[in-house]
Amino acid sequence: MRHVSRLFALAASAMAVGLALAAPAAAEVKIGVIASTTGPGASLGIPYRNVYTNLPPQIAGQPAKFVILDDASDPSTSVKNARKLIDEEKVDIILGPTFTPGCLAVSDVAVEAKVAMMCLAPIVVPPQKMPWVFSIPQSVPVMIAGIVEHMKANNGKTIGYIGFADGWGDLVLKALEATAGPAGIKIVASERYNRPDTSVSAQVLKLIAAKPDAVLVGGSGTPATTPHIALRERGYAGMIYHTHGVIGADFIRVGGKSVEGTVAPTGPLMVAEQLPDDNPIKKVALDFFAKLSPAYPQVRNAFSGYSYDAFLLVQAAVGPATAKTKPGSRQFRQALRDALEASKEVVGTHAIYNMSAADHNGVDKRARVLVRVDGGQWKLLK
Amino acid sequence: MNFDIALLLIQDGLTNGAIYALLALAILLVFAVTRVLYVPQGEFVAFGALTLATLQQAKVPGTAYLVAGIGAVTMLLEIAAALRARRRQGLGVSGLLYVVIPTALLGLAVWLAPRQPPLLVQVLLTLALVVPLGPMTYRLAVQPIANASVLVLLFVAVAIHYVLMGLGLVFFGAEGWRTPSFTSLRVELGPMTASGQSILVLAASAILIVLLWQFFGRTLWGKALRATAMNRTGARLVGIPTEASGRLAFTLAALFGGFSGVLIAPFTTIYYDSGFLISLKGFVGTVIGGMVSYPLAALGAVLVGLLEAFASFYASAFKEVIVFSLLIPVLLWRSLASRHVEEEHDE
Repeated sequence: MRHVSRLFALAASAMAVGLALAAPAAAEVKIGVIASTTGPGASLGIPYRNVYTNLPPQIAGQPAKFVILDDASDPSTSVKNARKLIDEEKVDIILGPTFTPGCLAVSDVAVEAKVAMMCLAPIVVPPQKMPWVFSIPQSVPVMIAGIVEHMKANNGKTIGYIGFADGWGDLVLKALEATAGPAGIKIVASERYNRPDTSVSAQVLKLIAAKPDAVLVGGSGTPATTPHIALRERGYAGMIYHTHGVIGADFIRVGGKSVEGTVAPTGPLMVAEQLPDDNPIKKVALDFFAKLSPAYPQVRNAFSGYSYDAFLLVQAAVGPATAKTKPGSRQFRQALRDALEASKEVVGTHAIYNMSAADHNGVDKRARVLVRVDGGQWKLLK
Repeated sequence: MNFDIALLLIQDGLTNGAIYALLALAILLVFAVTRVLYVPQGEFVAFGALTLATLQQAKVPGTAYLVAGIGAVTMLLEIAAALRARRRQGLGVSGLLYVVIPTALLGLAVWLAPRQPPLLVQVLLTLALVVPLGPMTYRLAVQPIANASVLVLLFVAVAIHYVLMGLGLVFFGAEGWRTPSFTSLRVELGPMTASGQSILVLAASAILIVLLWQFFGRTLWGKALRATAMNRTGARLVGIPTEASGRLAFTLAALFGGFSGVLIAPFTTIYYDSGFLISLKGFVGTVIGGMVSYPLAALGAVLVGLLEAFASFYASAFKEVIVFSLLIPVLLWRSLASRHVEEEHDE
């Protein structure tokens, strides 16, 4: 019995020492990160996370601490993580989750606990209902509008659509419907296919029969090449557009000659070197590569860019917030949210962000460039 | 829809249907002989396609290491079994099958891959690497529990599926591959042009099916397989080694799977996880055949291919729904038309 009580006393004193040690560090800005580093979303979640593991523990001159939790690509774990970050770690802000269902699940927690969150996957945020939720990536309509503009400039009148038979395919089609109509472009065919399909000949035949001036493929990664190759094999000669989900070397590797000349929108980060010098994003993006590539050589990807942009937005907001009060308090969290909502012309790697009470995404057409496959390379379309 | 489009759709459906038919036959064969519902059949398709694609990049495919690795594990299992039975008989053969040949294959792959051999050699090497995985899987995962209930065997098959798919991700990466066409030939057939590749698929599938038929009808081993399928206990009583039958069934299934993979690789981009959906469609064919009839299974698979092509044309968003909904009327008809037989009973 005595043994036990001694142990207890030891533990208590250890805790007291721990608390005493922790006390001076309480002024640091605590940033909670929820990333899917395991599970089906891991290929995206890992590059998202790697930015935060490689950034110095400092933000706007303040000491900072990143508390990083893995949600295994499972929305209910995202929520558990968010509660843990808020209740136990007392974070000032949450960055993440890195997939849309997780973001939707966590946003309720953020609103309820009054902690700002910056979702790193695209979601549609109604700021009136969710004043604490921000979203970093460009919305799909912003990207698709680039394609519609390009088509209009080239006198295209009709477009055919073929996309994944899943949420992504729906999202792209909706964006196309919303942007093509006002530009006077008619959607003459709308087809669907599955990522592992062995043949899309039937859908392609129907597309070609509708005789569109151009075709938009609502796919992502290498599976987006399947209808493209089939269209070219069946002799379709019109323009074929893709979404920002295909940007990468693998798409060209699998697509080969047939994807030559295709046009797709993407964030400026992906072609940073090719941007004109007067584009402020160029400097930020190159700076980002230079800063992180020694520790993380694969830094050049869209997801790491979103992570870094979230960090830059928080960095810009920490200054005004610390002027009001110290980190770690309810007032600071409120001040940080208000400062985030007031973000003006914050230059990131993907966009120049202008938040407002009505817009918690804050990106405009400067967040997108058009690129074309030219000689087996993605080249910026001027 | 006009006549040309219908012809193109039929051609497309038949080509896919031929592949599904090969898989349907393999699934049926394995089920009949070992009672395993062969979920991992699709993995062999993906392995076949991706191994060929990797060879064409002049790289050593992961399957070469996999064959050697699984071979070594299987050998350990054999040695353990021999020690337990205090009998060294047969270890030499096992050593040859599970260590010498796989190591030789690995060596061959390492030596041949950078030399960019002609396509035919690449295809043969691909099959040589993929096919041994079949019997090894049987020895490793199924043979020790060969007498378990169908449900347990199904669980094990699902487990094999996940293990092989995970290995596929490790070996080939998450991105897809496509191999160049075997032939750029285009043939004018009346009003339509058929691609040489489609004709190749149809011909190769037909030849393989005829060979299987001949094998069942004319060879001793084929008859042994049929006997095992008919009645395991009876087959054992007349001296047919049911374990060897199981191994042979898995070998043939791996051959059919790997060969299908090689055939479709030029048509479509194959991913490490593409095989499952493809073999699932073969499985629908098997169900149409009532899980007993080879010709009906093959015809059912071709029907699935045709239905898929036309469904993609009319309602592409609901294509899979339409194809898999085919199961419901078939199952209804089967359960109403056939006499119910209690298949599971304790021996």
